[in-house]
Amino acid sequence: MNDEIPMGRKIINHDAPHILRPDLAVIANNVRAGATALDIGCADGALMAAMRDQKNIDARGLEINAANVSAAVARGLAVVQGDADSDLAAYPDNSFDFAILSQTLQTTKRPDLVLDHLLRIGNQAFVSFPNFAQWRIRFAHMFRGRMPVTKQLPYRWYDTPNIHHVTIDDFRTFLKERDIKIEGEWFLSGNKLRGGGMANLLAAHAVFLLRR
Amino acid sequence: MAAYMDRAQNMDEKFGLNRKVRLLGPLTLSNGAQFAPLEFAYESYGTLNEARDNAVLICHALTGDHYVASTHPLTGKPGWWTRMVGEGKPIDPAKYFILCINVLGSCMGSSGPASIDPGTDAPYGMEFPVITINDMVAAQAILLDHLGIETLAAIVGGSMGGMQALAWCTMFPHRVKSAVVIASAARHSAQNIAFHEVGRQAIMADPNWQSGGYYHGDARPSAGLAVARMAAHITYLSEAGLTEKFGRQLQDRESKSFGFDADFQVESYLRHQGISFVERFDANSYLYITRAMDYFDLAEPHGGNLAAAFHGTKTRFCFISFDTDWLYPTSESRRIVQALNAARANVSFVELPSAFGHDSFLLDNPDMNRIVAGFLEAQQ
Repeated sequence: MNDEIPMGRKIINHDAPHILRPDLAVIANNVRAGATALDIGCADGALMAAMRDQKNIDARGLEINAANVSAAVARGLAVVQGDADSDLAAYPDNSFDFAILSQTLQTTKRPDLVLDHLLRIGNQAFVSFPNFAQWRIRFAHMFRGRMPVTKQLPYRWYDTPNIHHVTIDDFRTFLKERDIKIEGEWFLSGNKLRGGGMANLLAAHAVFLLRR
Repeated sequence: MAAYMDRAQNMDEKFGLNRKVRLLGPLTLSNGAQFAPLEFAYESYGTLNEARDNAVLICHALTGDHYVASTHPLTGKPGWWTRMVGEGKPIDPAKYFILCINVLGSCMGSSGPASIDPGTDAPYGMEFPVITINDMVAAQAILLDHLGIETLAAIVGGSMGGMQALAWCTMFPHRVKSAVVIASAARHSAQNIAFHEVGRQAIMADPNWQSGGYYHGDARPSAGLAVARMAAHITYLSEAGLTEKFGRQLQDRESKSFGFDADFQVESYLRHQGISFVERFDANSYLYITRAMDYFDLAEPHGGNLAAAFHGTKTRFCFISFDTDWLYPTSESRRIVQALNAARANVSFVELPSAFGHDSFLLDNPDMNRIVAGFLEAQQ
């Protein structure tokens, strides 16, 4: 699945005018052209705009922050202000080819229920999250006895929106218990793709493509 | 002869400022009655392109009018939405053919209770039929047919204007490419109806109202209408906005009078709002238009299923609400948005912060402008 981008290659070009976050670049590169997609937690619509412009995708967004929604709507995207925890029930079954949840899972009250909705609304689902088992985080915990503040998780313990930290191995276990199929997986260190070996220890970020 | 020429010219020049037209109709109303003839007052800005696909219909609110971006002839004030409509504004006459039609039931030039009933040569008064938002929209469609406009690039409305926009999208889905609905709702709540009833009772309790037959004399139910306006005006504001603007400050005095003068600034403000309103608005129109809003409920013909009202819609929607609007709160916009999601429609929605309650849509709000401009631009 991840053969579109060779391992270790930079997947974003920092000279490009629209810089896409690495996990979003993975999704944009692997979503099927011409498909429909719901981007949950779409922020200012960067991924939606890239998918529209590069892959002719009919994308809709859900975003909790009003300023982000304003920015996205003003760039011509269809984005609804709402909360993944409470508003996904309004979307019918199988209404999109892809449901996308990027760096939002760890901020939801009930990630399990949000994932249920994701796989109900989309035929397939992209999920990306920062890996809480990465060595830097383990290091902060083990040797400094402090909650980690990293590039992926740049918040202090008291003001973080991230309330359900998850590791790659936790996530795999969850998928297995729920009988959810993995159709693709990508692991990131910074803006570089890396192999799956020891991903739980080494990868800062993971992207999964799932199907019920 | 001169008068005839003037009128003929006015009839031929379909587009421009301060237009009036009388169409034969008839219009079949929601109550089953036929209404004819139909008079319309409207204005247009910009040029209808050759493909006739750049028309934007702007729908006005309860006590609004068609002077959306030109000076109001009675008050001398600029149009009610010059922040939104005009050169370099989000709805730009350089890009769009912009149309605003005075609603059926109004007193500002379209057929309403103060209009002359050709059957009796006297004002309709309470003989004017009780109309609905759908009737207003059906009438607008008749005028659009007359103007040769089949499809609207967009329909834009706030408050009651938003209700008309929603009604357009359910009654004529193929004629509307996109809709912007601001500070509005898909139904009138019990609280909305209750406030309107207070206003109507104030008008009807005024001895000058005379069962609506006051047009022959000089006396008007001005006191009742002013009270109606004062009560309604409170619902357009927010507690935060009122506190910020007036607090408990006294008006032109050092201490309380221990009487019933307008001691407080907020009292003089409301009295001023009431008095200036009666100079430009007809009490019977207020009765009819508030009634039309009370009857509004998009889901009702679909057994309460709002999504069914939008089934198969191809229209793009954009909803904007304001966090201090308690007349048409965000929850009402969200309810419509969720119904549109269920109908798999293309819909955007944002709640904007503002201190000024329901009236925020008439005030300067850069976010609102940016969203409307971007949303309209997206289909160009």
